[in-house]
Amino acid sequence: MIGVELRKLALRPRVWLSIALLCLLPALVAVLLAVSDLAPPPGQGGAFLSAVLDNGALYPAAALAMVLPVFLPLAVAVFAGDAIAGETATGTLRYLLVRPVARVRVLVAKLVSLAVFTVLAVVLVVVSSLVVGLVLFGTGAEAVGQAGAVTSLSGITLEPAELALRLLAAIGYIVVSMVGFGSIALFFSTLSDSAIGAALAALAVLIASSIMEALQAAATIKPYLPTNYWLSWIDFFRDPVFWTNINRGLVLQACYIALFFGAAWANFASKDITS
Amino acid sequence: MIRTRGLTKRYGRIVAVDSVDLDVAEGDRFGFLGPNGSGKTTLVRMLLGLVHATAGSIEVLGEPMPKAAAKVLPQVGALVEGPAAYPHLSGRRNLALFDAAGPGVRRGRADRVDDALEQVGLSGVDGRPVSAYSLGMRQRLGLAGALLRAPRLLILDEPTNGLDPKGIREIRDLLTAVNARGTTVFLSSHLLSEVELLCTRVGIVDRGRLVVQDDLESLRALTGRVLVRTPDAAEVVAVLDGRVVERDGDALVVRHADVAGLNALLVGKGVRVEAIEAERRTLEQVVLESTGDSGDRVDGGRR
Repeated sequence: MIGVELRKLALRPRVWLSIALLCLLPALVAVLLAVSDLAPPPGQGGAFLSAVLDNGALYPAAALAMVLPVFLPLAVAVFAGDAIAGETATGTLRYLLVRPVARVRVLVAKLVSLAVFTVLAVVLVVVSSLVVGLVLFGTGAEAVGQAGAVTSLSGITLEPAELALRLLAAIGYIVVSMVGFGSIALFFSTLSDSAIGAALAALAVLIASSIMEALQAAATIKPYLPTNYWLSWIDFFRDPVFWTNINRGLVLQACYIALFFGAAWANFASKDITS
Repeated sequence: MIRTRGLTKRYGRIVAVDSVDLDVAEGDRFGFLGPNGSGKTTLVRMLLGLVHATAGSIEVLGEPMPKAAAKVLPQVGALVEGPAAYPHLSGRRNLALFDAAGPGVRRGRADRVDDALEQVGLSGVDGRPVSAYSLGMRQRLGLAGALLRAPRLLILDEPTNGLDPKGIREIRDLLTAVNARGTTVFLSSHLLSEVELLCTRVGIVDRGRLVVQDDLESLRALTGRVLVRTPDAAEVVAVLDGRVVERDGDALVVRHADVAGLNALLVGKGVRVEAIEAERRTLEQVVLESTGDSGDRVDGGRR
């Protein structure tokens, strides 16, 4: 069933379109930066943006910082919201279940395909922005005096191999964050017969969480908000890596995945399929 | 093949299926007839484990459902409330994915898909996405999905929806052929003619209750009346004196048990008989006698 889900993922034009749009935004920003040569001053604007003009190799990190707060979760919500509700709407769900595929296997396959979709999206954003960054901004050899070297957020120079490793770790962290959010959308997808409705409900959670994050009065629940540690992947680019928030974020997302996947399963396992 | 006892499904206060005892034997072509909204689809969904029964028991292929679904369903082909497919993929690709999703060997998948498409008359179908298919083509594709794994039992809900008369005939012949090879066919329909032409046994459901379950032959029993057509209708009335029940021009309905004897009698009296036939109850009469108002009729109480 997992193989079938992955084939469906690969054969779906919508998947590739949404990933292409995700890649387009950083590319557009890069072109604007290169043409105007006007990077935001350090400490302002998007993370890493001030440094990319000196070194294109850092541009993937800047690209991730651009898509992460809104566009990536949007794509994830649409994808995960469609997971069960979309199959319900087309009627294919009942045929999968009488094929038969056990309900829990349907859900697991959907979660795996959600993770694969997120990996695909993040990796393609990184690769496309790396290419764009290197082409438009160069490798930064003249700035640091050493080809491919990059200055970390803490001011220490990172070797290309070290940078690649940290970028991989950041990708992993972002994928876990997105799967945590996606499992909320997946749960809504088992509740609703409308894929759009499920996606919007998940986005409502995202927006509510972002609002409360900024609210002083919500400080006590802030550490438990799903979006709270989303941006902690930036800590991979400090030297030494600042693990505290990264670890908390991973534990929190694991809890969200367990909680909402469990809720999705509890709802879906006993549901009457009347569509 | 299928055996339910006291099968009941309630949605809140509405009873969709009301203590149904269904028996379908191996090799049957069973027609499950009922007006719209009478609970046919809910019952079919319960047989397949999609909807959970409120009360009662279900056995399919001798195993309890939905408990033994993993064992039973691989031997069942189903078409439930219309076909469904991923609209952006081709029919062939849809069938291959459907085949791959469930249990069973991978070997021979392309052949199975080709074979199923051929059976339903879609062998020449190209790479067009299903979204470009006509309603009839989708229906055929849905049937191909049901036939894909050479099932022992076919459960089909309104299988000829959207097909033209020629297509309906083709599907009927296909189902008869599949049945002759040993597959039991359970067909749910609101179309009398479909059931009358295909099925050997009939169950009639009305407002959730199974009101009739019998062989089609015995349902269509002789009425003890004979239909006679003759240009000498007036003479017949004179000869038979009171045994003519109805007269409409040349056509007469005569109360008489023996067709051959009646024929000999009339011919002996010099009556020219054009046609003579024992009257049978039609399935329509059986249905009308055993069911209430049309299921989608909503009458208001006049004050």
